[in-house]
Amino acid sequence: MSSKKTMLRRRTFLGAGLSAAVAGASIACGGGGRNGAWRFFTAAEAETVEAIAEQIVPADRDAGARQARVVAYIDIQLTRHFKRYQKAYRQGLAGVDRASRAKFGKRFAELAPEQQTEALIEVEENSREFFDLILAHTRQGFYGDPRHGGNHNRVSWKMVGLPFPPVRGRQHYEDQPKVG
Amino acid sequence: MALKHVNAVVVGAGAGGGVVAKELSTAGLTVAVLERGKWYSAADCRKDDLRNQRITVLGNAFGPDDERNPRVAVDERGEQIVYASEAAYSNNAACVGGGTFSYGAMAWRYLEKDFRMRSSYGAVAGSTLEDWPISYSDLEPYYEKAEWEMGVSGDDTGNIFKAPRQKPLPMPPLSANKEHLTLEPAARRLGLHPFYIPMLRNSVPYNGRRSCMRCRWCVGFACELSARTGTHNTVIPAALATGNCELRTNAMVREILLDGSGRAKGVSYYDAAGHLREQTADLVIVCGGAVESARLLLNTKHKLFPNGLGNRYDWVGRNLQSHTYPAAVGQFDFDTYDDVGPGASIAICDYNHGNPGFAGGGMLANEFIRLPYQFLSLTPAWVSRWGPEHKEFVRTAYKRTISVMGPVQEMPVFDARVQADPKVKDYWGIPVARLSGHKHPHTLEIARFMAGKAEAWLKEAGAAQTWRRPVSNALSGGQHQAGTCRMGNDPKTSVVDKDCRVHDVDNVYVIDASVHVTNGGFNPGLTILANAFRASNNLLQAWKGTRVRS
Ligand SMILES: Cc1cc2nc3c(=O)[nH]c(=O)nc-3n(C[C@H](O)[C@H](O)[C@H](O)COP(=O)(O)OP(=O)(O)OC[C@H]3O[C@@H](n4cnc5c(N)ncnc54)[C@H](O)[C@@H]3O)c2cc1C
Ligand code: SF4
Repeated sequence: MSSKKTMLRRRTFLGAGLSAAVAGASIACGGGGRNGAWRFFTAAEAETVEAIAEQIVPADRDAGARQARVVAYIDIQLTRHFKRYQKAYRQGLAGVDRASRAKFGKRFAELAPEQQTEALIEVEENSREFFDLILAHTRQGFYGDPRHGGNHNRVSWKMVGLPFPPVRGRQHYEDQPKVG
Repeated sequence: MALKHVNAVVVGAGAGGGVVAKELSTAGLTVAVLERGKWYSAADCRKDDLRNQRITVLGNAFGPDDERNPRVAVDERGEQIVYASEAAYSNNAACVGGGTFSYGAMAWRYLEKDFRMRSSYGAVAGSTLEDWPISYSDLEPYYEKAEWEMGVSGDDTGNIFKAPRQKPLPMPPLSANKEHLTLEPAARRLGLHPFYIPMLRNSVPYNGRRSCMRCRWCVGFACELSARTGTHNTVIPAALATGNCELRTNAMVREILLDGSGRAKGVSYYDAAGHLREQTADLVIVCGGAVESARLLLNTKHKLFPNGLGNRYDWVGRNLQSHTYPAAVGQFDFDTYDDVGPGASIAICDYNHGNPGFAGGGMLANEFIRLPYQFLSLTPAWVSRWGPEHKEFVRTAYKRTISVMGPVQEMPVFDARVQADPKVKDYWGIPVARLSGHKHPHTLEIARFMAGKAEAWLKEAGAAQTWRRPVSNALSGGQHQAGTCRMGNDPKTSVVDKDCRVHDVDNVYVIDASVHVTNGGFNPGLTILANAFRASNNLLQAWKGTRVRS
């Protein structure tokens, strides 16, 4: 392939291009950051979503949904492509809290992780449609392209061992460029 | 404003339309091509795994958009309005190049028997299974023309089941990837006949375009090098270069205009600014893809054709078919993923025909690269859908799974159909396509048989665990949509004749996947292109009108 020298030049060039792209992305997923406000969720709803998403993709030796900022992905898309699901979320999240209050006397986000698992199994059974929706969106926010606000720092792509960042063609390079 | 009269107006700049535009304009006819979508370029390869033409959870990258283009889908749950990015919509694409702009580019010739399904297997109850009015040998020279003029790489010499060809493929295959190398010896041990998939993709520089750089983002994305071959980078530029052809994008055709005697005099369409325009022409050539071509004919009403043009016997929109994709997945104890795109590389045709008790079959091949989100659809049923177990599955299996799948030739069903919806209209006020019907039960039987064969291949290749992906009986359409304007000799049981001319009117043609009687056990692209070359040739031989040159 190309010599070390051209590789290096390429690396610098691409590195520069990337920092711009990544800076753009971090503004996009500012979610809870920008004036502390979410685009669609209330603060309490965002907590619930984050807790549900973390149940769906929990942190272990690799990052989970919380670190991947899955909630930012869902929040952004609910004001864009997923506008049509706004109502489903508003009602669905209220339903999740209602169910966990009935069972454990607390909001979903305030439950212990094991209680959350238990409560969520019930949600999956009783509110299948909403559960499937948030399951799909969590998967997208965790495994999908960071440009949409989730998969922060490409944590899931690191997990599966995919070389990144997505530079043009197959000219990947092993180490992560310094950005920012 | 009256637009300049042309010899031919072509509706849709996809696979069929692109070829027609080039053949007619090269022969000296003046041509106007109207395409409802845009002309994208390599710069539109955003490598967005949630928004491309294959995974569309955030929309279709190459059209149509969700906002302006609804359809109605009818199933057990009743009828509902569906968005263009939803599965039930049955989308292909809306852009210059149509499906060929972002497709996987497998370039298959159908087999001889694929044109004689009825003669080969007899009548199948509940199916309109029929022979094509043309044979493989009628199409063979045009397959060759498509392969050499546009450029196909691959090596099918190992495929003992292939139909006779006069010339080999013009380009060698791309080198085998890890999946190919894992599957090939296993196929041989099983007595099968593996070979390199023919692809409309440059393996070496060809026709002034570069060779493939083997990226991870191929099918569903724009090709950054233009190494993948569609009509947008071959026949359409060639048509425009003649000076006889004009391409208008963002042009949504509303209906075919007919004169008092029922002959076509052109089309009406909405231009990019939303103004209704009329393009008059001697010939109208409909190339909108199987769903939209049927919709356009059905939306063309006249006192002679109260139920739509070409629809005297209620065949327009019928027999919507595509391919049922049985698939098996194998998980290995070693990495099978090598990040060498496009991924699909090896195939067998051992099960296209000759399967005892089954009316046909299909080819089997390894799948294109699965990006992580898409990979989740491979999760076996015994892995929980969420929580630590699911995450662990993705982590360990992502680079260690191979998926073998194939397009089963479907049994056409009369009630699997496109209609013009009586109530719902699109952004322009045009009645939308209404989709209804199901797959034939025998199609599902064949699919289950094929999934077993795929699984056996993976097992032989050393997979530690294998599983099958379930198939459903939901209506088939989507990327490989075909069949809605059947080609045939009898006007009572088909829509166009063997030259693709609508039986009812002598100056309207349908030249795209709609005319396929059956859809082969292969991706349909090369057959659509070859048939468009053939139909254009026949049209030109019969043409008595003016020409710019000659
Ligand atoms: C992701 C993907 C992968 C694929 N992979 C393969 C593969 O590997 N091999 C293969 O052989 N095939 C593949 N296909 C399928 C292949 O692309 C199609 O079979 C083929 O493009 C269909 O050709 P067509 O001429 O019938 O219609 P199209 O190519 O769909 O062209 C129809 C065109 O008409 C336009 N149109 C429709 N209605 C109107 C109207 N009223 N006014 C103006 N314009 C209109 C549409 O916008 C469209 O551009 C794939 C498709 C996709 C999307
Ligand atoms: S894999 Fe090859 S054909 Fe596909 S997009 Fe990349 S360069 Fe183009």
